Amino acid sequence: MDAMIQAIIQGILLGGLFAAVGVGMNMIFGIVKITNLAHGDFLILACYLSLFFMGSFGANPFLSLIIVVPLMFFIGFALQATMLNKVLNRGDEPPLLITFGFSIIIQNLLLYFFTANAQKLQTPMLLKSISITDTIRIPVMYLISCLAGIVIILLLGVYMKNTYMGKAIRATSDDNEAAQLMGVNIKTTYGVAMGISMMTAGVAGVLIGILFNFYPNSGSTYLIIAFAVVVIGGIGNIYGTLAAGIIFGLAQVVGGQLLGASYQQLIGYLVLLIMLIVRPQGLFSK
Amino acid sequence: MSTLLRVENIDAFYGDFQAVQHASFDVEEYKIVSVIGTNGAGKTTLMKVIGGTLGARSGKVWFEDTDITGWPPHKIVDLGISQVPEGGMVFGRMSVKDNLIMGSYTPKARKGAKAALERVYELFPMLKEKADQASGSLSGGQRQMVAIGRALMSNPRLIFFDEISLGLAPTVIKDIYARIKQLNSEGITIILVEQDVKRSLRTCETAYVMLKGKVVLSGKSSDLTEEAVGKAYFGM
Repeated sequence: MDAMIQAIIQGILLGGLFAAVGVGMNMIFGIVKITNLAHGDFLILACYLSLFFMGSFGANPFLSLIIVVPLMFFIGFALQATMLNKVLNRGDEPPLLITFGFSIIIQNLLLYFFTANAQKLQTPMLLKSISITDTIRIPVMYLISCLAGIVIILLLGVYMKNTYMGKAIRATSDDNEAAQLMGVNIKTTYGVAMGISMMTAGVAGVLIGILFNFYPNSGSTYLIIAFAVVVIGGIGNIYGTLAAGIIFGLAQVVGGQLLGASYQQLIGYLVLLIMLIVRPQGLFSK
Repeated sequence: MSTLLRVENIDAFYGDFQAVQHASFDVEEYKIVSVIGTNGAGKTTLMKVIGGTLGARSGKVWFEDTDITGWPPHKIVDLGISQVPEGGMVFGRMSVKDNLIMGSYTPKARKGAKAALERVYELFPMLKEKADQASGSLSGGQRQMVAIGRALMSNPRLIFFDEISLGLAPTVIKDIYARIKQLNSEGITIILVEQDVKRSLRTCETAYVMLKGKVVLSGKSSDLTEEAVGKAYFGM
């Protein structure tokens, strides 16, 4: 019984992190209408950037966010402005191929500079936990990750609702031609949206780097998680992403608890598959 | 009278198809001008060229003394040209208020956004009542009012209305035309793009008739007989 409660807590907390992994991808799906195949690789890029800058911040991965997050914004904006914006009106395939190219380039650059060895962002926080009862404990890092996911999503929601740029991003996603008639420069809007998406990937990436081992080619694992979260939550729905992340996290951890840890991923993807059959538009899509 | 907008010999294409051929027309400030023609006559294409969402292959567009040919849409809006596009094109998933606020997106317009919003609410009290509703849930006529309100939010000097009456009930159309005349009397220059010959001739001062991408007839609406316009309209 306690083991089950522990699994549920862990599943929910992991879900918050999954939401942070998926929310940036969902934004780009909904707004720029691009499937960013490199989203997972950008998360891993953030892990390595943090690793690289940790020396300058007394080996504290949390402090490295001060540089990693703005840098990720800049990378996202620059890639959108210099490459993806050039092929906007050429159908679906060119942007897809470009993001596929990003994925390969990032993986190989990381391999070149950091070798294929497993890495981890070290922090003493990883070992801390809060005891609820003798057998139920909340791992502090999981709690932090989940809260980070929730905060990211709430901040995004506030930004989208209350700022001119946020409204412009929503308007562009609704009808990009009408948005242009309002004076929105949609290329800038897309750049900012990609930048924000990369900021979320930056935070999620650093958290993942603390919690799990990562390699230059770990991106695909997180791409699939992001995909699952987007599909379950519904494209373009930021708050749906949070619920979807928690559902996916719960399915993995609780399923793993019931059937054995080796089935954890399989169960997660079964849930995804069932979703695709039963409700392909996502749980929270309007 | 000074000319506010001058369109000179515009050629515009969709791929290989020439939608507009050597189209020219002038719009004098404070006037209402109609561009009349059947479906596919090239009216909307011409408006897209003026608004900057479609490039012209040749020809020029002047706004007062500025050559705005090929300018991006956001710069054109900033100059004071705003439009109510065909079908309204409101942001359906956004609230009525957010739609209106989007109309004041350009840096110049943002400064006057508050006053402009009050003015739009005064003109269309219905929009204030439904401010928090998703505009996609409104009726066709109400959506057109959102689109008109949104176009007013940038305090434009020139507005073009593209097929404003399409698919609306006659009483709603009448109401909207009354609003257009009111806006014009407040100093806004208007271009009406219409299929409805009678109504637009009654409203405008100058009319241009387009057929198969060309301007085939133009003149003061008082000089144009309905018969002459009808012939030009159908190419007889």
